[in-house]
Amino acid sequence: MFLINCPFCGEREQSEFKAGGEAHIVRPKQPTELSDDEWAEYLFMRKNIKGIQFERWNHIHGCRKWFNIVRDTSNDEIKAVYKMGKKPPLV
Amino acid sequence: MSKNLRVKKGKFIDETSRVSFKFNRKKFYGFKGDTLASALLANNVHLVGRSFKYHRPRGIMTAGSEEPNAIVQLHNDSSRTDANVRATEVEIYEGLEATSQNCWPSVNFDIGGINNFFSPLLPAGFYYKTFMWPASFWEKYEYFIRKSAGLGKSPTRPDPDIYEHRYIHCDVLVIGAGISGIMAAKTAAKSGFKTLLVDEKPNLGGSTIYQDTNLFKINNQNSGSWLEKEINEIKKLKNLEIKTRTSVAAFHGYNFLLARESLIDHLPIEQRKNKTRQRLLKIRAKKVITATGSIERPLIFDNNDRPGILLSSAIKKYADFFGVACGEKNILLTNNDSAYETAISLIQKGINIEAIIDNRESIDSKLIYEVEKNNIKIFKGFTVVNTSGYKKINGVSIMELSKDGQKVIGSKINLSCDCLGISGGWTPAVHLFTQSGGKLQFRDEDQVFIPKTYPSDQISVGSCNGDLELDKIILNISKSLKEFLNIKKTDYENIEVLSSMNKSKRNIWLLPSDKIIGKTKPFIDYQNDATAKDIKLALREGFRSIEHVKRYTTTGMGTDQGKLGNMHALGIISETSGTKMGELGTTTFRPPYTPLTFGTIVGRNVGEYFDIFRKTPLHDWHTNNNAEFENVGQWKRAWYYPKKDENMHQAVQRESKAARESAGILDASTLGKIDIQGTDASEFLNRVYTNAWSKLAIGKCRYGLMLNEDGMVYDDGVTTRLGENHYIMTTTTGGAANVMGKLEDYLQTEWPELDVYLTSVTDHYATISVCGPNSKKIISKVIPNLDLTDENFPHMSFKNSNIEKVKCRVMRISFTGEHSYEINVQANYGKSVWEKCMEAGRDFNITPYGTETMHLLRAEKGFIIVGQDTDATMTPIDLQMDWIVSKKKYDFIGKRSLYRSDTIKDDRKQLVGLLTDNPNEVLEEGAQIIADINKSPVEMLGHVTSSYYSPNLNKSIALGVVRGGKNMMGQKLIIPMEKKNINVTVSDPVFLDKENKRLND
Ligand SMILES: [Zn+2]
Repeated sequence: MFLINCPFCGEREQSEFKAGGEAHIVRPKQPTELSDDEWAEYLFMRKNIKGIQFERWNHIHGCRKWFNIVRDTSNDEIKAVYKMGKKPPLV
Repeated sequence: MSKNLRVKKGKFIDETSRVSFKFNRKKFYGFKGDTLASALLANNVHLVGRSFKYHRPRGIMTAGSEEPNAIVQLHNDSSRTDANVRATEVEIYEGLEATSQNCWPSVNFDIGGINNFFSPLLPAGFYYKTFMWPASFWEKYEYFIRKSAGLGKSPTRPDPDIYEHRYIHCDVLVIGAGISGIMAAKTAAKSGFKTLLVDEKPNLGGSTIYQDTNLFKINNQNSGSWLEKEINEIKKLKNLEIKTRTSVAAFHGYNFLLARESLIDHLPIEQRKNKTRQRLLKIRAKKVITATGSIERPLIFDNNDRPGILLSSAIKKYADFFGVACGEKNILLTNNDSAYETAISLIQKGINIEAIIDNRESIDSKLIYEVEKNNIKIFKGFTVVNTSGYKKINGVSIMELSKDGQKVIGSKINLSCDCLGISGGWTPAVHLFTQSGGKLQFRDEDQVFIPKTYPSDQISVGSCNGDLELDKIILNISKSLKEFLNIKKTDYENIEVLSSMNKSKRNIWLLPSDKIIGKTKPFIDYQNDATAKDIKLALREGFRSIEHVKRYTTTGMGTDQGKLGNMHALGIISETSGTKMGELGTTTFRPPYTPLTFGTIVGRNVGEYFDIFRKTPLHDWHTNNNAEFENVGQWKRAWYYPKKDENMHQAVQRESKAARESAGILDASTLGKIDIQGTDASEFLNRVYTNAWSKLAIGKCRYGLMLNEDGMVYDDGVTTRLGENHYIMTTTTGGAANVMGKLEDYLQTEWPELDVYLTSVTDHYATISVCGPNSKKIISKVIPNLDLTDENFPHMSFKNSNIEKVKCRVMRISFTGEHSYEINVQANYGKSVWEKCMEAGRDFNITPYGTETMHLLRAEKGFIIVGQDTDATMTPIDLQMDWIVSKKKYDFIGKRSLYRSDTIKDDRKQLVGLLTDNPNEVLEEGAQIIADINKSPVEMLGHVTSSYYSPNLNKSIALGVVRGGKNMMGQKLIIPMEKKNINVTVSDPVFLDKENKRLND
């Protein structure tokens, strides 16, 4: 169990949080304009990296806020935590 | 047999307090401070179990948690019995009862022992090869394998003991209270760190504590005495908490560790009442110092597993700690100096040593010189090639080793003995370190794996870090601690150390024999009966990866995880395959380091505390009125209310009839309720529901269907517009938390520009639903100042009102198809309002109904239940609910997916009604639906999702999903059941009042 530094509450146990999958996938503004393939790309395709991964997390048993983290999936080291809407940091 | 082998006062023995215990039903005596193993050895009992595969007699081999053989069952009590306990870790107490495991019918006469003589037939992978075929025989094989394997008995009654969980936060956690751990803990605590020191044993000091000769000195004192002073000092430190009998089971990432603290296992049963037995400690440490020491290696030669063969260090511990001689004619076999430490201890205690057999040809140390002074015969450059004795060793055959160590030469010499101590050097205990994600490196000079890179803020110190001798430990620890703790000084600088040991070692993984390997039994994994022969066979058969060899031969797969023999397995694989040890890697050590009881794992979460549950404000009323309850998510919901002799079916039929004929009342408080406010609330609802919301007038209600982005139905419920910018949404009971989470997700991450605020208010209200033709009359009595005329209060509308002084929200909405009202009041008024409704409804036979009747009533109307009639593969179109999907709206969650090539296919599973040809036959929910019984293979078209006998229609009704079902109206289908096939006809899913007349009656 790792510790996550919630940008609103501070450091808390992983069990207070819920993982929300890959970060920076933006819902298309005009879904109706997309082909089946383009829509499927948004809907289904996700990366599964061994190494540096950008992820969404929700402090579900705390402030309920969503935010992003950068995690090395090979050792669970969290390189950065940043609020929604912020640019991903360089790591 | 019953000899007394107690020699001289052992360090931890209280000879004034004698303790009686039973082993295999026979009474023995030991002393307070004994382990079960030491007490048995003092009574000359070596044979304690049988091996797993060949059922060979096995004896106590070690003095610690690495024990592979002495696995016992404690107590025959049906509630308190404990299986797979290591005799070396059990502290004896008055009344202790232990029995051997893995032997049937008894340890001295074991039928499975015959496997031993058939052992050429039981090579590596035997189980895989033999019992694979024929498959139909497996049940028979399994019976015999399980019967003879005997891995202990489970208790058959609830555990009476108390267990608990505790969180601990500390600056520094030190694991292991040997000399390194003591020095580390003292340094950390004195430097201001809040420190926790844990050790699995009842006493502090590890193995140095009994090092009591002038051959090993620290600052001119015998090392044991020096350490004792250190221990007395740390006990006074305020910053330091010490926990003994505490074994670290798991070392996870981010310095999160689990440990088991045993509090009363050493006490007689009658003294344990009302005390916590074991605690699971969940430790978060800023820094971890691992000082877990090292484990002595056995040596691998023919018949190296007989009772009476122990690790040399264990013989020393039994003598020093417990004053027990493991034998009267001892022989030591070694490839390094540490067996001579054992020899010194035995000499000091007056225990006879017949001979020492040393693999090394030239040896030279002060320690050996001391032993030689006592006229003990040392065979230099020799090895043991075989042993004799069945239930206990009675002799060894030794031969000279060739120069390269690959062969034995010369003639055999037979020596008699009753105990053989073996020492193959030491293996650093890196298990916890690797669990934490640490990477190892191989040190060629003495063939050990040591820590290389640390994944978190931690270090290993002492012999678990490869510092295997006293002088090296002292030399390195000060520097390591200063760096790790970022401090300037420790108490351990410029310390004088005297170690009389020489570090030379002659490492031979598999000692040579005068016989070919096929004719020998050199055991590597004692618990799983894997021999060197098995490993070589696996390699010949093409296995290369250490993980594969492990599984094929089962080496290291016992409850001891191969703590003794894993290194030899690696060594033999390395030599045979020509791969370097460092490149071979090790197998993965997984938590727990030593087994945990189930009690420790679950702690207090047993019985009614196993999982939390939620009760509605009306729960007590339901209980008092004989309700049966159903679990819905975490909620306890009233299921049905049986009267006197009614069964469930009868109760539900009665409730359903009453609701349609006069009046029913339902506790709907569990429905999820989300308060939605903000200037963009309408726009937000437009985006999350499939239908349009902008034009919903204030005071009106609307049913909404929510999809996932993939177009599949996610949740449904009625939402009411309370004000210009204010709505209250209801969700399904089970979906409440997820819907809230999903809506928050979209608001925070996709549409942060929307001015919308969500609050979960599920628990704030009691929700009471009154339905049926007489519901209007009842509500008019309960809320007399509310105008219930259709003009003022039509179906799908809402009013604020009050019941006496209690404010309430009333909705005229229906999930049963009947004229009905839903009253929402502040939760704590729920019961009084419910009772008012009951009182007002008495003349109308108002009938409380539970979830089962609710499900039946809605099924008559063909209303879906999300999660029962849908399963995350159903679109609204599949549900024949096209009417609720807005064509005009540009976008909503899931819209684009509704015209993906897959979702517009005609042959998707679609919701239909099913009527049985025999109206009294009720289908089973979940039953498969087919069209053609003769087609092979049978094509499954779908399944039954809801099924009831309707007392209002006097026939069986069902809903189901059927491939292409929309176009099958009137068609015959078959429900194949175990005993017969049931014929059904596909129908409209709405069975009752399709015109919705009853809503306004
Ligand atoms: Zn937070």
